[in-house]
Amino acid sequence: MSFTIIAETNGDTLHPTTYQLIGAASSVGSKSIVICPNGRAASEASEINGVEKVISVVGDCFDIFDGGAWSAALNSVCEGKILISASPNGREIAARLAAKRGIPVIQDIVSISEGLTVERPIYSGKAVETLTISGDAVITLRPNAFDAAESGGNAPINTVNQSADIKISIQEAINKASERLDVTEADIIISGGRGMGSIDNFTHLENIADIVGAAVGASRAVVDEWGMPHRMQVGQTGKTVTPSLYIAVGISGAIQHLAGMRSSKYILAINKDPDAPIFGVADYGIVATWEEAIPALKSALSALES
Amino acid sequence: MNIAVLLKQVPDTTAKIIISEGKVDENSVSKWSMSPYDEYALESGLQMKDANNGLLIAITCGPDRSKKMLTDAAAVGADTLIHISDEGVKDSTHTQQLLAAVIKKFDANVILCGKQAADTNGGSTGPGVAEILDAACVTLVSEVSFTDGKYITMRPSNNGTEKVSVDGISVFAFDKGTTELRRPNVRGIMMAKKKAIESMTSTDLGVDLSSSNVTLDSQTPPPEKAAGQKFDGAEHVPTVVSKLRNEANVI
Ligand SMILES: Cc1cc2nc3c(=O)[nH]c(=O)nc-3n(C[C@H](O)[C@H](O)[C@H](O)COP(=O)(O)OP(=O)(O)OC[C@H]3O[C@@H](n4cnc5c(N)ncnc54)[C@H](O)[C@@H]3O)c2cc1C
Ligand SMILES: Nc1ncnc2c1ncn2[C@@H]1O[C@H](COP(=O)(O)O)[C@@H](O)[C@H]1O
Repeated sequence: MSFTIIAETNGDTLHPTTYQLIGAASSVGSKSIVICPNGRAASEASEINGVEKVISVVGDCFDIFDGGAWSAALNSVCEGKILISASPNGREIAARLAAKRGIPVIQDIVSISEGLTVERPIYSGKAVETLTISGDAVITLRPNAFDAAESGGNAPINTVNQSADIKISIQEAINKASERLDVTEADIIISGGRGMGSIDNFTHLENIADIVGAAVGASRAVVDEWGMPHRMQVGQTGKTVTPSLYIAVGISGAIQHLAGMRSSKYILAINKDPDAPIFGVADYGIVATWEEAIPALKSALSALES
Repeated sequence: MNIAVLLKQVPDTTAKIIISEGKVDENSVSKWSMSPYDEYALESGLQMKDANNGLLIAITCGPDRSKKMLTDAAAVGADTLIHISDEGVKDSTHTQQLLAAVIKKFDANVILCGKQAADTNGGSTGPGVAEILDAACVTLVSEVSFTDGKYITMRPSNNGTEKVSVDGISVFAFDKGTTELRRPNVRGIMMAKKKAIESMTSTDLGVDLSSSNVTLDSQTPPPEKAAGQKFDGAEHVPTVVSKLRNEANVI
């Protein structure tokens, strides 16, 4: 049996989640047919263990992101069960492909086992549901929830030309000033809350972020009350993140904040209140003010890096 | 301009989710609310209605309890209220077909919904409905306006944000909006109570809810996390950092 995998790229290289999609297929004994939109990273994909074939789908329709155009162009080479990353674009392509093919779409699974049974969090992680899939379906996988496939293969690459109607046109691109990592991309996130006292104090978190290559996030209190950009907000009405390490500083741990970060692999909380709910989900907790803890964290991390 | 807004009633984000016999126990939900992103879709719809002298059609598919949410939408300005019974609905594809059927029935020009519902956390409905309607879909938008025959909106891009335009029938799936949500006034609430809700079933809409390839086995509480290690005082920071490296292997 083979699964169709739609590759996700980061510029010209594969996004790490693509390796995880192939790893997930292998874990249930399936080979992967990898589809590379616009041929990006096709040769990289052909060298991954478990890949049977790579299909480069090329066409003008991939110049900008239009989920309708992309799914129309990709559809002709898809078959059977289709796996895509549960990124925003991935979810959109998945929903479109499923509607087009008249098959179900299951978003954001965190486990897969033979049979085919999958699990996905619902109610922002307050419950988990287990589903059995008996036929074709489109399934998206939560980033960082599956073991990545290793390199070590040599699959053939076919190229297919496709065209599709683009319905979206870009009027203006507004680039963000900072070159800081986006919270949804980062493997480590350090987020600050109202306990940071003021927006200016976030420079202390940025310093830590620079040492370990982390993204900086924020609670809604900081976004709403101090004008921090909304793209940094983690939680129910912000981003859902699943980094390897989430560091929460001066964040109480309201249920809506937890909704966005409780699935992180490890959580470190720094809060002066020993009873703050954030400690309930933290793997490591430090009861201290950030004024004391952040300088100590900075020197301990600098010592490690040097 | 006919503006369709897709609204879903979900357990309030503060409500406890209780599982009994392998299913989320809906009877134990203390409070039902409009899904948070849908509130922004509704607000944007109301602004578009005001600016273009439009008609706002609020549509939900769900059990009878969800009619209350339509009345709440009417209190802030929804003109037409449609309730579709969710009897026989087995997956998101079915919901999309029912919603799309109502959208066509009302000749909606523009469709607004949330980027994902607070219960399913899926994000399938907007793009799925767009596919059925052969419409454009822009997701993760925070505001939409209509100028010179085009819809203009902002969406996140790899490098920041981008302003995009679409024409023809279009679906917009909302992230958190940029404007304050309006609150109903007393008059709005009184008027809304009298407003009729039109109810429809899949049979009325001619939608065949066929079987699905996916079956729900169970719903369970999230896996218990092992209790964390808590340290009192900043002097323990170096210990924690070495644990992050040696125990957790994350730095
Ligand atoms: C529908 C809805 C959606 C929401 N969506 C989100 C969302 O997406 N994301 C989100 O984050 N919130 C969201 N919220 C808001 C949420 O309920 C909380 O209000 C918010 O998360 C609180 O932010 P906070 O933890 O920064 O602030 P607070 O709750 O005020 O907590 C501040 C913490 O800092 C600690 N502290 C104070 N001083 C120091 C110091 N010097 N050093 C260390 N610690 C200190 C305090 O002990 C306290 O625990 C939502 C709410 C609603 C109703
Ligand atoms: N049953 C429903 N009735 C009306 N609108 C819905 C329904 N399900 C989903 N939606 C809309 O689609 C959005 C995304 O839902 P979902 O695809 O379930 O994450 C929601 O925020 C609603 O705007």
